[in-house]
Amino acid sequence: MKKISLAVAAVATMVSSSVVSAYADPVDDKLVIDGQEMITRAPAPEGHPFKEVLSGWLFREPETRELEADSFQNSGMLYVERGQEIWNTVEGSKGKSCASCHNDAAESMKGISAHYPKWDADAKRPINIELQIDKCRTQNMGAEAYKFDAPEQKALTTFIKYQSLGAPVKLDLKQGEMQSWWDRGKKEYYTRTGQLNLACASCHEASMGKHIRADHLSQGQANGFPTYRLKQADMVSLHNRLRGCIRDTRAEMPKPFSDELMALEVYVTWRGTGLSVETPAVRQ
Amino acid sequence: MAAKPKPRVKVPKTAKAGETIVIKTLISHKMESGQRKDKEGKIIPRKIINKFTCEFNGEPVFSCDMDPAISANPYFEFRAKVPESGMFKFSWVDDDGSVYTDEQKIEVS
Repeated sequence: MKKISLAVAAVATMVSSSVVSAYADPVDDKLVIDGQEMITRAPAPEGHPFKEVLSGWLFREPETRELEADSFQNSGMLYVERGQEIWNTVEGSKGKSCASCHNDAAESMKGISAHYPKWDADAKRPINIELQIDKCRTQNMGAEAYKFDAPEQKALTTFIKYQSLGAPVKLDLKQGEMQSWWDRGKKEYYTRTGQLNLACASCHEASMGKHIRADHLSQGQANGFPTYRLKQADMVSLHNRLRGCIRDTRAEMPKPFSDELMALEVYVTWRGTGLSVETPAVRQ
Repeated sequence: MAAKPKPRVKVPKTAKAGETIVIKTLISHKMESGQRKDKEGKIIPRKIINKFTCEFNGEPVFSCDMDPAISANPYFEFRAKVPESGMFKFSWVDDDGSVYTDEQKIEVS
């Protein structure tokens, strides 16, 4: 890489020193977690603006990448452990835990999260893991739905998604009306909003790979969520991050799990088709 | 996380005499710096792990003091030469006086 950037710099100096682009390639590196190689580069599905979809891991600093590669160092694993405790804890009026019906998550939940959001025929809308947990809690356990981003919700979601670590993301858009939600999500992705007049695509498509101040812009993939973010030193859910991005454009933030954000989740998740589930990923 | 800090330690179960081994430790802890304010503008009191020590058969191996700038869930990785079978003892001292401990046995052949 050094050679190429030197060459670019040399050419640029000859033409004009002001045209040096801030573009920096994602790294050429392999992510192996506990002996299992993650898919961090995958050929893009048909209709995708990129040729290759890239995990956000490739855009991070070496120290951050190392944290994710070592499941002992990865603080997100603390939430996996906590989630496992919740999985086995009886709650609600029916005296059940998750394990009462689903037994060992390592078997029953293996690979499941790679196919979420899924169409929910009862709710007539796509649901993600968080909403699936709430559905189970209210309908089968006689327990209350979690408050958005309650520590238990983040821990249990992280634990369930972790059972799919390595599995490639693949949504079934033929279920129910998934396609129309995908369409809506796509429209949102390209719609400029907020005082800064930015769309998701402004940063994560048109400027992917460039630096926005100190931040190396990735493709904005959803495959690592919930993600351990060093900035918060905490687990961050996908809807929290989507809202954070929208807030940063100085637009009004949609409610968590609202139709707007569910449509966006469907579309953004599809944009990462083929990437491994990396939960709990570690990001800046 | 709000739950009680929980130490995690990784020490090889076996080693050869005189071998240098890698020890990894991590403890779940918020490491509240004492610099932040809550919604009412009041300072959130400092609560960090301020000392970490590792001993092998009663002899000090590694220790350090920690200050408020250290991130949540402090992680330490260090090397030690093991002359004989024995017990590694780890302890973390919290600002509130609590001490969290862990022990790991190693067989040296």
